[in-house]
Amino acid sequence: MSGVEQPGRPAFQPPRYASPPPPRGPEQRAVVIIGAGLVGLTLALDLARRGVASVVLDDDDTVSVGSRAICFAKRSLEIFCRLGLGEAMLAKGVTWQHGRVFFQDREAYRFDLLPEAGHECPAFINLQQYYAEAWLVEACAATGLVELRWKHRLAEMSPRPDGATLTVETPAGGYVLEADWLLACDGARSRVREALALPFTGRAFRDRFLIADVVMQAEFPTERWFWFDPPFHPGQSVLLHKQPDDLWRIDFQLGWEADPEAERDPDRVTARVRSMLGPGVPFRLEWVSVYSFRCRRLERFVHGRTVFLGDSAHQVSPFGARGGNGGIQDADNLGWKLAAVLRGEAGEALIASYDAERVPAAAENILHSTRSTDFISPKTPAAQAYRDAVLDLAEHHAFARPLVNSGRLSRPAVLAGSPLNTPDGFDHGAGPGTPAPDAPVAQEGVPGWLLRHLGAGFCLLVFAAPRPLDLPPRVTPLFITPEPMRGALHDHSGLAAARFGAPAVLLRPDQHVVARFLTLDAAGIAAAHDRAMGRG
Amino acid sequence: MPRLNTTPRLADPDGLLEALLAAHQGLDEAASRRLDARLVLILANHIGDAEVLRAAIALAAKPGPESGL
Ligand SMILES: Cc1cc2nc3c(=O)[nH]c(=O)nc-3n(C[C@H](O)[C@H](O)[C@H](O)COP(=O)(O)OP(=O)(O)OC[C@H]3O[C@@H](n4cnc5c(N)ncnc54)[C@H](O)[C@@H]3O)c2cc1C
Repeated sequence: MSGVEQPGRPAFQPPRYASPPPPRGPEQRAVVIIGAGLVGLTLALDLARRGVASVVLDDDDTVSVGSRAICFAKRSLEIFCRLGLGEAMLAKGVTWQHGRVFFQDREAYRFDLLPEAGHECPAFINLQQYYAEAWLVEACAATGLVELRWKHRLAEMSPRPDGATLTVETPAGGYVLEADWLLACDGARSRVREALALPFTGRAFRDRFLIADVVMQAEFPTERWFWFDPPFHPGQSVLLHKQPDDLWRIDFQLGWEADPEAERDPDRVTARVRSMLGPGVPFRLEWVSVYSFRCRRLERFVHGRTVFLGDSAHQVSPFGARGGNGGIQDADNLGWKLAAVLRGEAGEALIASYDAERVPAAAENILHSTRSTDFISPKTPAAQAYRDAVLDLAEHHAFARPLVNSGRLSRPAVLAGSPLNTPDGFDHGAGPGTPAPDAPVAQEGVPGWLLRHLGAGFCLLVFAAPRPLDLPPRVTPLFITPEPMRGALHDHSGLAAARFGAPAVLLRPDQHVVARFLTLDAAGIAAAHDRAMGRG
Repeated sequence: MPRLNTTPRLADPDGLLEALLAAHQGLDEAASRRLDARLVLILANHIGDAEVLRAAIALAAKPGPESGL
């Protein structure tokens, strides 16, 4: 997993963040996050928005460089909207929702990832991971609650029943840091995981992929294009995606026998890109890496007062964009729970629910990523025959198209089996465990989006005219009506009512449905809220 | 509940095998395998019932009596 930079002037110059000196003596902090990557930064910002201060250690002094995540899914965008970064991401990102699959020289299949209107966020945007990280760093710093310590490397950690003792190394010397809660966001090679000797098991795929970021002015539509066995790269697959700044991501499958060193040679990469684009299309290589992929995870993510999030907890192959998007959902899931525990409103059972919810979510991401990788990279003659049979049939026969698997693109986990949910008897709409569906609404005549009105705490959606309600503390009602009405959101399309399918809906601070009610019965709502706080 | 039907049902068994072999005529190993795979996928979609298909896969993987069919 290494890259070569090409000469030229990249549109993005990675910032260098100042490394603070080590503290003078031992320190004790409530929340320490290891890793200022996509997930650690998202978590730090989420906690800060809830008033929780954190220290974030990172062994580097910049953002993720080179070709890593580009596809940010709708749910991640909704989370970033809640955190205040949605506008920047939607403005800069390349919006897309369609994909095409080609087999040899023909189009076999095309798909639409968001066939339904009435959502603020698109199915996907493409945005370089470094932009997301740089904006997260700025937003974290602006809260005044996140202490970012660049070039502070976690060297050792030993768990305690009430936290962890950390040994940190910096260019100016080492120090000891006591943490009440340790949040391991230190990526696929997690030092925390290693220090706790936790097995990280799954599958390694015997295949290699050349990931090239290429600057060019090209006429391809903003769609995800995937080729199986194209004439310009016979026997292998190729993926093309547009990013901002006229940057294009091209993945070439190389096979297991390929020599990663030789494949990174710029002349060789240039020749591959040229044969794909044809002569006469000027381009410049910005970054080239050769990867082989793995799908693996920890068995459990919560280990006493140490919690794993993102790639340190689970790693997937990138087909389906489930790595970063899954990790962002981890942060979304843990932030409000930890804040509630630190405020003394909930016990550690609420933290245990992170395990109950995110382990199945990671398993689902691994299942999809593994199946996609097996389809893209068949390992046996039988796998090859079935793969090619599917592609033979897909062009003319609709039944075969759902079998084509060039990546099952990230969808948010439905936390259906969560202990925090109160089961209900409604037979349609977003049930317990589902991320709240968005819908267009208007407030005092001003058009907007439902998710923007949910606030930071628990929210009770009431599909009725405003009225006094007897609700548990920290549950805010939000009235939604089919006609304009003072003090209510106007559901002018009827989509909000239809998408929730119940007269009243309790949403968690991470915007997931946790219970639905037929009547506004105070005892029932209080019981569901208790259960959602891990007191059930 | 639909179950995998393993009673003899083919009106012309010899004719079926003949038609299958004719379809494979002149194909090399890989092409033959791919044709069979297409056939399996077409039939699987025609059957459409996941439980029947799982039972069929289990029977094909283990044609002996212990498969419980
Ligand atoms: C080619 C490729 C394409 C991808 N495409 C997508 C995509 O389109 N969409 C998507 O959602 N995901 C994608 N991913 C996955 C995505 O990049 C990762 O899932 C994501 O970066 C995980 O974030 P993280 O914060 O958990 O880990 P990382 O981003 O790896 O961050 C970990 C951080 O911890 C720091 N760290 C590590 N050890 C220590 C230590 N001992 N002390 C202090 N700090 C430490 C590191 O410096 C780093 O900053 C892709 C990945 C690859 C490789």
